[in-house]
Amino acid sequence: MEWRREWKALVILAGVFAGCFFLPVESERFRKGVFESLALVRWYAREHVVLCLVPAFFIAGAISVFVSKESVMRYLGAQAKKVVSYGVASVSGSVLAVCSCTVLPLFAGIYRMGAGLGPACAFLYSGPAINVLAIILTARVLGLELGIARAVGAVSFSIVIGLLMHAIFRKEELAKAEAQVGMGQVEVVRPLWQNALYFASMVAVLVFANWGRPQHQGGLWAAIYAAKWWITAFSAVGFGVALVLWFKVKWWQVFGVGLAVAVCALLLPQYPMLAFIVGIVGLVVITSRRNDEVGEWLEESWGFAKQILPLLFAGVLVAGFLLGRSGEEGVLPSRWVTAAVGGNSLAANLFAAVAGAFMYFATLTEVPILQGLIGSGMGKGPALALLLAGPALSLPNMLVIRSIMGTKKTLVFVALVVVMATIAGKIYGAIFG
Amino acid sequence: MREVKVLGMGCAKCEKLFENVKRAAEEAGVDIALEKVTDINRIMGFGVAMTPALVVDGEVKAAGRVLSVEQIKELLTKEG
Repeated sequence: MEWRREWKALVILAGVFAGCFFLPVESERFRKGVFESLALVRWYAREHVVLCLVPAFFIAGAISVFVSKESVMRYLGAQAKKVVSYGVASVSGSVLAVCSCTVLPLFAGIYRMGAGLGPACAFLYSGPAINVLAIILTARVLGLELGIARAVGAVSFSIVIGLLMHAIFRKEELAKAEAQVGMGQVEVVRPLWQNALYFASMVAVLVFANWGRPQHQGGLWAAIYAAKWWITAFSAVGFGVALVLWFKVKWWQVFGVGLAVAVCALLLPQYPMLAFIVGIVGLVVITSRRNDEVGEWLEESWGFAKQILPLLFAGVLVAGFLLGRSGEEGVLPSRWVTAAVGGNSLAANLFAAVAGAFMYFATLTEVPILQGLIGSGMGKGPALALLLAGPALSLPNMLVIRSIMGTKKTLVFVALVVVMATIAGKIYGAIFG
Repeated sequence: MREVKVLGMGCAKCEKLFENVKRAAEEAGVDIALEKVTDINRIMGFGVAMTPALVVDGEVKAAGRVLSVEQIKELLTKEG
């Protein structure tokens, strides 16, 4: 045996064995945790996958294929105006950061070759919070209010953090490398308004298919709720027309899929999900046989699904096991959660911000974890604090950031993020809590 | 012998590009020295902000997207 090489595997196996050996299967709390875990997974599978996550993957895929990243990066180059670059950096995460693995290289690129420290930090802070998948899932699972607060908070505070970083380290602005951020020639394939309509139709399908039942009868929200499948269908038709007119998809293919969806919807109106699935399968069949940008779109979307779904599945299982569904208790007693992050005290907000900053959240898993915490008594303010500090930072990515801009700047950045997240949570909690 | 580097910090797309390069070289019968660059400071050294990126003989050929096997074959067989 080569112990030098094998000891890690041995430790892991022994650990797993010990865990299994002493597994408290009889314990009531353990059983409850397992039950909650499975119940939460089922709830996600029923409520969020088909109507929400799948269209969201297609939208994220479309963004990464059809939105020209070069045109955004132009505003973050070394020559760009400062005001513009801060503004663009704080919102461009929604377009540039669809995949968490692109955030750090982009951050390094903006810092080293582009607009500099301030905009780079603004981007790093807001990017993970406003990428399109994160906004959609946060709003869907945790409520529209928190989803919007997350996006708005991330954007506005990112500018403040960027400016502060720039002000603190004004003297050591580094000499810019000769190399500019790689900017290829932008090929204009189709006018902007066509792309915009195409995205709008997709987003409309997503929004209206998920329109929640309003609490009060009457009014605009209820009217939209009553007609939501008609509006969804109308948006889907628009989407199909866009595909035929501007993306060179054959009309009879789109028409065929539309027909199949319509038949499902009319024969089995009580199962709208079925028609939805038929539509998605049809879209996949049409796009999978092409090698142009439409085919690339499907590949990107599929890539997101493959990358994110397993992580999210694991995240939901763990969150359910530890924290339970809302109103139920998992393995961790609710009173611990309430004691640490309940209410809207400064301590609760600070604790949530610090914990979030060091904890590692895989893409989107912050959502089920937070859902569990809120269900166990976490206050709304601390929830936002965790959302703002969490995905932007983690111990592993602090190490990477440190290798890019050094220990001192990293420490200041982390401190600023924690402080800003705490303040944001406190304000939000005071208003909505 | 062509010197090929795949830049990326180990995300799924970077792996895909790496695989595609390997396959392209095999199918085209081109002899390559393939390297995976994961250190972010080295990646920046190429002037690339979007990963995955592909570098052939020291020249950045693509950034921010996964090239298909066909596209890479074309890059490899062209005279450098």
